[in-house]
Amino acid sequence: MLTPGAVGGSSNSDPFPSGLRVLVVDDDPTCLMILERMLKTCLYRVTKCNRAEIALSLLRKNKNGFDIVISDVHMPDMNGFKLLEHVGLEMDLPVIMMSADDSKSVVLKGVTHGAVDYLIKPVRIEALKNIWQHVVRKKQNVSEHSGSVEETGGDRQQQRDDDDDDGGDNNNSSSGNNEGNLRKRKEEEQGGDDKEDTSSLKKPRVVWSVELHQQFVAAVNHLGVDKAVPKKILEMMNVQGLTRENVASHLQKYRIYLKRLGGVSQHQGNINHSFMTGQDPSYGPLNGFDLQGLATAGQLQAQSLAQLQAVGLGQSSSPLIKPGITSVDQRSFFTFQNSKSRFGDGHGPMMMNGGNKQTSLLHGVPTGHMRLQQQQMAGMRVAGPSMQQQQQSMLSRRSVPETRSSRVLPGATHSAFNNSFPLASAPGMMSVSDTKGVNEFCNPSYDILNNFPQQQHHNNNNSVNEWDLRNVGMVFNSHQDNTTSAAFSTSEAYSSSSTHKRKREAELVVEHGQNQQQPQSRSVNPMNQIYMNDGGSVRMKTETVTCPPQATTMFHEQYSNQDDLLSALLKQEGLLDTEFDFEGYSFDNILV
Amino acid sequence: MQRQVALIKQSLFDQGYLDEQFIELEELQDDANPNFVEEVATLYFKDSARLISNIEQALERGSFDFNRLDNYMHQFKGSSTSIGASKVKTECTMFREYCRVGNAEGCLRTFKQLKKEHATLRKKLEQYFQASK
Repeated sequence: MLTPGAVGGSSNSDPFPSGLRVLVVDDDPTCLMILERMLKTCLYRVTKCNRAEIALSLLRKNKNGFDIVISDVHMPDMNGFKLLEHVGLEMDLPVIMMSADDSKSVVLKGVTHGAVDYLIKPVRIEALKNIWQHVVRKKQNVSEHSGSVEETGGDRQQQRDDDDDDGGDNNNSSSGNNEGNLRKRKEEEQGGDDKEDTSSLKKPRVVWSVELHQQFVAAVNHLGVDKAVPKKILEMMNVQGLTRENVASHLQKYRIYLKRLGGVSQHQGNINHSFMTGQDPSYGPLNGFDLQGLATAGQLQAQSLAQLQAVGLGQSSSPLIKPGITSVDQRSFFTFQNSKSRFGDGHGPMMMNGGNKQTSLLHGVPTGHMRLQQQQMAGMRVAGPSMQQQQQSMLSRRSVPETRSSRVLPGATHSAFNNSFPLASAPGMMSVSDTKGVNEFCNPSYDILNNFPQQQHHNNNNSVNEWDLRNVGMVFNSHQDNTTSAAFSTSEAYSSSSTHKRKREAELVVEHGQNQQQPQSRSVNPMNQIYMNDGGSVRMKTETVTCPPQATTMFHEQYSNQDDLLSALLKQEGLLDTEFDFEGYSFDNILV
Repeated sequence: MQRQVALIKQSLFDQGYLDEQFIELEELQDDANPNFVEEVATLYFKDSARLISNIEQALERGSFDFNRLDNYMHQFKGSSTSIGASKVKTECTMFREYCRVGNAEGCLRTFKQLKKEHATLRKKLEQYFQASK
């Protein structure tokens, strides 16, 4: 097992896990007091808070002041899920939900909103003793994804089967990944220690703020989505403190996001519209699209997505469930239709399925094609399923170490967060989710999601931490519709071709989602996450998600093309490892 | 005195006023935090008194906003569960069930019972802590 010192790499001064900085939020003073006592007994550093607003401002003021957040679900001033979303988006910290309510629906909600765990009250100290695992896992995922996994304990990665992209070979095969990961990890570890923050669990997370993302997107567009390489993007952006790795991982995610948008938009079309208008009129349909995409990317937690949707739809009710619902539909939608019908116009195949041999797809940025499709897709749909998938994958990822498939559904109780719920609007679940796929997918994807955050982490630029991703997603959408769709579609397409692929996609999606969590704006999240994937190592690890091929078969053929293309493209760009095959879509290897 | 303490405690458990969660709390008590359980209990009674009063007001209004009542009760249940107040928790659950089906009469009845259990527990715990000093 990981030893405290081993985790997080070098710079961690605190003997991990003791000293873990926990923020606990609960309006019930009795529970708060008990939790505080319990956490202190676990040797954690506890900060208690009885209002969500206060908690948020605390978190915002001390961006790196906490490692994990535990929050009650029912609070008077702010719904716990909302807080969960905010935290995930803005700070990308793992959040554990808790409640006396153990009904499946609520637990599911927690899962879909991206909580890393769900505890039923009365909380026992044993349950709290292990919360540090979520912190480590998250950091690991982030670092894995960020092009250069600098920090986070390498040993952690080794343990994780699903970490795939590390080695840059996205071979989904776990063995392949493991090797790659191990290799990469070691390298990183050695190199990572020097990097400030990267190695420690507490490394500052690079937050792709809206402005930053806009710059990024502008640079990418200028260079051409297909041709954009991190190095050039970095130069063009000319942002102090931003590293090539940051850009690389972000680029990967972006591409994935674009792909995803391509696939998702179909579903979401309707939803997105309303969604979008609500959100940001300037963006128009794209916005909605992005939101979805972002949501799917996992960034946008179900809640936020729901909210966005609600806004768009002019509703004010707790939309939390919405994403789930839509995503569910979307998911299947997405999975099956991505390639074909989704796009309606016939562009569909482009994105999702490998049908289009668009290399652009691979890059996640389709060139003319994608544009059309994206527009059609309206993003939302994609987002929905993606979200789900991501969520699921997130969940599943977690459980991967434990028991993948079983987790997915039933898990959702207490702490079975991990896999319990693939369908619930798990962001980022996209591809894999199609029904069963989701479940299984979930497992691996969970990691993916985690990975993304790592990426951001990875970037470490303190300056970027504050980046507001909010607009990123938006910006992203506007011009990237095509690409995003492509990104999505390709990822989905890929997955369809084989279960592995599916996993990958889900993972990608998931990862994207995960990574995206860092960005603050919810809407942006899905996008961010997507980017992340690109940047980070897309964990294609095929955790053995045995997604039922049903969904995939539909577009199987379409995707197959893409696989080749994608790999070819990626190789071309030097983004992928030579051994890249769709599965091995490891963003880590983006060479600049 | 020690025996008395033990007896009181035993009866609390035997009669179902407290459950194992209370034991969890006692385990958190140590030399560094010698009065932890009592502090928690004090806090609980203070907070729950507030909740009870809120619920009372809501019930007196006669409007029976079941949602709101349910919310209060959810809170109440949460804290009662956390300290191991077993009987109180049971009443909370029943109350919520009545809320769910919109049975005002049931709510009123249960609430009365709940208050009774709550008061009894308070007294007994006070005795217990007194005896432990």
